[in-house]
Amino acid sequence: MRFFEDMRVGDRAEIGRHTFTLEEIKTFAQRFDPQPFHLDETAAAQSLFGALCASGWHTACMWMRLAVEHRRREDDERRARGEPVAALGVSPGFRDLRWLSPVFPGDTVTYATEIVELRPSASRPEWGIMTSRNTGTNQHGEPVLSFISSAFVERHAER
Amino acid sequence: MPQRHWEDFSPGSVSEFGPRLVTRDEVVEFAATFDPQPMHLDEAAARASMLGSLAASGWHSCCLLMRMISDGFLGQSHFLGAPGVDEVRWLRPLRAGESVIVRSTVLETRASRSRPQIGFVKFLFELIDSSGAVLMTLTVSPMFARREAASASQDGMSG
Repeated sequence: MRFFEDMRVGDRAEIGRHTFTLEEIKTFAQRFDPQPFHLDETAAAQSLFGALCASGWHTACMWMRLAVEHRRREDDERRARGEPVAALGVSPGFRDLRWLSPVFPGDTVTYATEIVELRPSASRPEWGIMTSRNTGTNQHGEPVLSFISSAFVERHAER
Repeated sequence: MPQRHWEDFSPGSVSEFGPRLVTRDEVVEFAATFDPQPMHLDEAAARASMLGSLAASGWHSCCLLMRMISDGFLGQSHFLGAPGVDEVRWLRPLRAGESVIVRSTVLETRASRSRPQIGFVKFLFELIDSSGAVLMTLTVSPMFARREAASASQDGMSG
């Protein structure tokens, strides 16, 4: 992770991709989102989605995993170059999450993140707040997921 | 018990679901799969982080809430999915070993203009710990089938 001061609005990164299998779609849905349209092919055919599809929470959680892995790779590269690594704090939340198209078994979603706002934290001077627009796009180029999230990012120590 | 339709949700009505114990094992297991940051995996790393002690991924809180409202009422409703989530705020960490409830408040209902068989219900869901503290708020407008449209279409079939 870069430090807050080294980030720029408009910085964009493709963070990874994931292919959703029928088995993992059903496993996730059984555990967290047991709706017939995520679990049962026949019921799903009658639903608004037209066929069995992944829980939207599943497609969103996969963004989080790939974002963490992407950051880990970035941090490893910085350490290899002898550069300092900034800490990432917690997230206060997200907004405007849209599930734009269903994700069906076998679909591959490519995830990206783009910085849309950077501001210092009023209450915590050693942290800045990074706001990002995060997206997922399927193998046909159709957007499937979009949301705006925030996270605390470490600032350079006073110099 | 008859399944609930869109017409059965009234603005201002409040319900509670749970309690649900969130174990340390499931916190770590979820994080290992979807949010493998040390602060969600390891007690020492969590103490050194903004969280202060081992706490669930915010995405885990979302997924637990989804499961609790599925068991609480979505499974007994003509629930058709949701186009997205307006806002999620992670206000306080969900500590491993904590027991939580969900408080559900209906904020408003509106019929779909483009699809007469569907209505939206806007909810505020709050995830609350055993001390009564609100850990997370989630605002969302899921879709439900309308009873009137359902009977109208049956009339059409018979006529």
